[in-house]
Amino acid sequence: MQRGTARALFELLSSMRFAISLLTILAIASVVGTVVKQNEPFNAYLNQFGPFWFPVFEKLGIYSVYNASWFLVILAFLVVSTSLCIIRQTRPMLREMRSFREHAREASLRQFSHQASMVPASGVTVSLDRARAYLARSGFRFRASEREDHVLLAAKQGSAGRAGYFLAHGAIVLICVGGLLDGDLPLKLQMATGGKQATSGNQLIADIPASARLGTGNPSFRGNVFIPEGRSASTAVLNVGDGILLQELPFSISLKRFHIDHYENGMPKRFASDILITDDSGKALERTIEVNKPFEYRGITLYQSSFEDGGSVLSLAVHGLAHGVPRLTTMQGAVGDTVPLLAGNARYTLELTQFRAFNVEDMGTAKDNDAPASGMARFEQHLGSGAKSPTQKNLRNIGPSYTFKLRDEAGQAREFNNYMMPIEQQGRWYLYSGTRDSQAEAFRYMRIPLDAEGKAETWFALHDIVFDPALRAQLAQRVAARSAAGTSAADNGMRDRLTQTVEHTLTLFADRGYESIGRFIEATVPAAERERAADVFVKIMQGAVWEAWLMTRERSGQAAPALDENNAVFLRDSIAALSDSLFYGAPVYLQLTAYDERQATVLQATRSPGKALVFLGSLLLVLGVFAMLYIRERRLFVLIKPNEVLMAMSSNRKAIDVDETFQRHVDGLRELFAAPENRPT
Amino acid sequence: MELARTSHQPQPGGASPRSGDWLRSLGLGDWLYAAALVLGAFFALQQYGASMDVYDKGILLLHVPILMAVGWHWKAFRPFLAAVAAVSLASIALYQGELARAEQSFLLKYLISSQTAIMWMSALVFMATAAYWLGLALRSDFAERTGNVLTWAAVTMGTSGLFVRWYESYLIGPDIGHIPISNLYEVFVLFSLLTALLYLYYELRYGTRRLGAFVLTVISAAVGFLLWYTFTREAHQIQPLIPALQSYWMKVHVPTNFIGYGAFALSAMVGSAYLLAERGVLASRLPPLRVLEDVMYKAIAIGFAFFTIATILGALWAAEAWGTYWQWDPKETWALIVWLNYAAWLHMRLTKGLRGSMLAWWAVVGLVVVTFAFLGVNMFLSGLHSYGSL
Repeated sequence: MQRGTARALFELLSSMRFAISLLTILAIASVVGTVVKQNEPFNAYLNQFGPFWFPVFEKLGIYSVYNASWFLVILAFLVVSTSLCIIRQTRPMLREMRSFREHAREASLRQFSHQASMVPASGVTVSLDRARAYLARSGFRFRASEREDHVLLAAKQGSAGRAGYFLAHGAIVLICVGGLLDGDLPLKLQMATGGKQATSGNQLIADIPASARLGTGNPSFRGNVFIPEGRSASTAVLNVGDGILLQELPFSISLKRFHIDHYENGMPKRFASDILITDDSGKALERTIEVNKPFEYRGITLYQSSFEDGGSVLSLAVHGLAHGVPRLTTMQGAVGDTVPLLAGNARYTLELTQFRAFNVEDMGTAKDNDAPASGMARFEQHLGSGAKSPTQKNLRNIGPSYTFKLRDEAGQAREFNNYMMPIEQQGRWYLYSGTRDSQAEAFRYMRIPLDAEGKAETWFALHDIVFDPALRAQLAQRVAARSAAGTSAADNGMRDRLTQTVEHTLTLFADRGYESIGRFIEATVPAAERERAADVFVKIMQGAVWEAWLMTRERSGQAAPALDENNAVFLRDSIAALSDSLFYGAPVYLQLTAYDERQATVLQATRSPGKALVFLGSLLLVLGVFAMLYIRERRLFVLIKPNEVLMAMSSNRKAIDVDETFQRHVDGLRELFAAPENRPT
Repeated sequence: MELARTSHQPQPGGASPRSGDWLRSLGLGDWLYAAALVLGAFFALQQYGASMDVYDKGILLLHVPILMAVGWHWKAFRPFLAAVAAVSLASIALYQGELARAEQSFLLKYLISSQTAIMWMSALVFMATAAYWLGLALRSDFAERTGNVLTWAAVTMGTSGLFVRWYESYLIGPDIGHIPISNLYEVFVLFSLLTALLYLYYELRYGTRRLGAFVLTVISAAVGFLLWYTFTREAHQIQPLIPALQSYWMKVHVPTNFIGYGAFALSAMVGSAYLLAERGVLASRLPPLRVLEDVMYKAIAIGFAFFTIATILGALWAAEAWGTYWQWDPKETWALIVWLNYAAWLHMRLTKGLRGSMLAWWAVVGLVVVTFAFLGVNMFLSGLHSYGSL
């Protein structure tokens, strides 16, 4: 009974039905892994699936399907099933490959679906010789078996096709085993038996405990090495679930320089790290690692994986935007640093998060494009070379940018993205600064217009006057005085009313810019007259800001600006930026004035002991597949009697070409056997 | 003459009765063809050798015996190859090393610049499809022969178009030049070409043109997508290669993969013809069921063999570019699913002896899986293969 169960189990495991079922389950499980993004931070899954499903899916291993134990168990079963299948098939296959079936009976040959017979023109001996010659010429190996009244030639070709079976199926086992060696399994084993434990990533490398460090003897790993320019590293970081492990490398890598080259259109062309490898033997190797050009040293392969900022030093001009913050100070910080920032009475921390020396953007077409072509014209645009496109992009490098977070005392942070260089829009230049509350939003940009000298100072001076409550009354009086100039003294009452209106408008604007003026209009003016009222308010604001501009000129002893179109546009842009600045969310504008770029490379360090096995398996797989599909096994039997020749053929595959091949051989043999004896073959 | 003989007496591969005399069976034409190939390779080395590295030269020389074998085995391939060489060289000559010539030269603008040639391919594919369907509907041998000629013309224009595109990419800039199989637009052209060539081969092998209507339909669908992609997304513009794609592996991985995809698409269309014929629809016009079944099997076998190689080449490339030969990226995973699907198909047919409509249905469903692996992954899933994105 025991034996029977084992036998039945063997039968089941080695059966093809079982193997195909496994393949199907494997395919479906793989689909799950492509639909759910794998190995994301756990928070992302929590957001995606909610608190109920998150732990359920975590238990099922959905976030890392291909390393889940159940997935590995299926793979293991597949290896077992394929191995058993090979074991089970070996003996019959070998027997089949060796045997010629020369003991086949005449009666059984007559049962073959491919068989033909004829009356030979010559005797048995001559026919036999002719048949032998024919078979040898056609690439058959054969054996003759002489019986009482006849001779049977049992021939075969293409037996090597069966070897394809062993190659292909053995290859699957090799590939799976190699894959397991390179997967997570060795690491999991070490963590289970060697007391290794992942630790959180938020600490200095020196502080990471020994329990989270893997020795240089670790046979299989894949981790990232982060190296800033001019520094070196001798550890790789392995991400495990939500934590990290540290892998010691048997050498130290220092980064001399990291290169990014671009094509003319701004697409990246080359990422390369010039590195220097030194190990305890004192040997030093200089190499350049690029994408698609890895380097192997002491069994560890290093790849160009990505790049980051390695702590570029940024010099910043701090322009005060809030009351009580100095007009201009300077500061310095490195990317990755957190620097305290005092703005008036408020304390902030400045976190410099990123720096980019290049920003290639599509700036749109300078002049408005012609109307899109239609019909034949549009079709014709698509003829010619593949180099052009009807819609031309206007790509331009708009210079360096950096991002930072400004965190207030309550811990609330806003993110900013500032461009160093002014950017041109329709012939005018602006400083761009983007801001957003959370990473999920897009940046909203404030554009600070540059004055005729290409400086932002005018705008900052306007900002200080327009938003200074102490100057508001003075400004209003000046506006009223200018518009009343030339009128009689009797209009004093009107002048006072105008002063009040301007002051009121400035107070409104200082609250929420155009938005509060809009609200005021909606609350107090009937719908029919709102548009006119809005015009009046805009005019008042323009008058006020113009007056503020004149004040700044007086202060610095310069002549008044000319009343021309150019300055009118500057005025309009300035007011828009003033309005936007109220929503900027920071008491300062941090202008990047200089930088000392330091890049960092991220190399991937890999030791994969299974690679050779997998590649060998792959080679065998290709050979096996071709052998199985394209070496056709054929058995041809020629049974020669004095008065009859019987020809029969069998094949392990039933396909049309078996019929054709048989017909060809029958025709060939018929011609031979029909020839009279004295004619040479 | 040779063409006609082959089509009436299909010669399956494997050992022919006089395999030893095979070399002697080659005629003068065969040797002239071989000489042309050798001279062509020599000319290419002479003319462009300076801009080739050692791999390029190796591949070029390797192509001589490969193309020689293909042309000896499949005679109709030779005029095709000659026409492609003539059109491509004519186009290159007309360019005179200047891209702007594409707008000035009438022949370039309206016939043999890359975009125009691919447009011609598209038009010819549609015409061939119509001709084959007409032939099927009217039982017209003439219409079917027209379909055959149009298909040959289409692949000639398409292949030349790709070669010219390759040249144009170097005219944009020496650092931009690359083989045109690097984005979805280019591989769609490649897919159309390879599927059509595979079909033309089987048309000759099985001596029937009745399947053209079905196979050309799937190519027409691919071309339709290509045109949509050209006109609404401007996808035809040559882009430089990002660093991840700058590898020799691309040149072998991508074409091998598309032989696989093309063969699978062909088998699915033959499978649908089988299903129709089995239900009595067009049964009298289509080849016998056993022929359909055989074509289906042959196509899947060749597709599977090449897809296996392509996946392995992809793994070799991944090992060099991404640092690991397999990392369950969605594209890799779907390639595995495609592979498992056809592995199961072949097991059922070869080992279990399964036949008939079940296998035909399976081949049709297989195309759905292949299409998802080819397009769906790029559209719906994100991963490392994102340069093929829509």
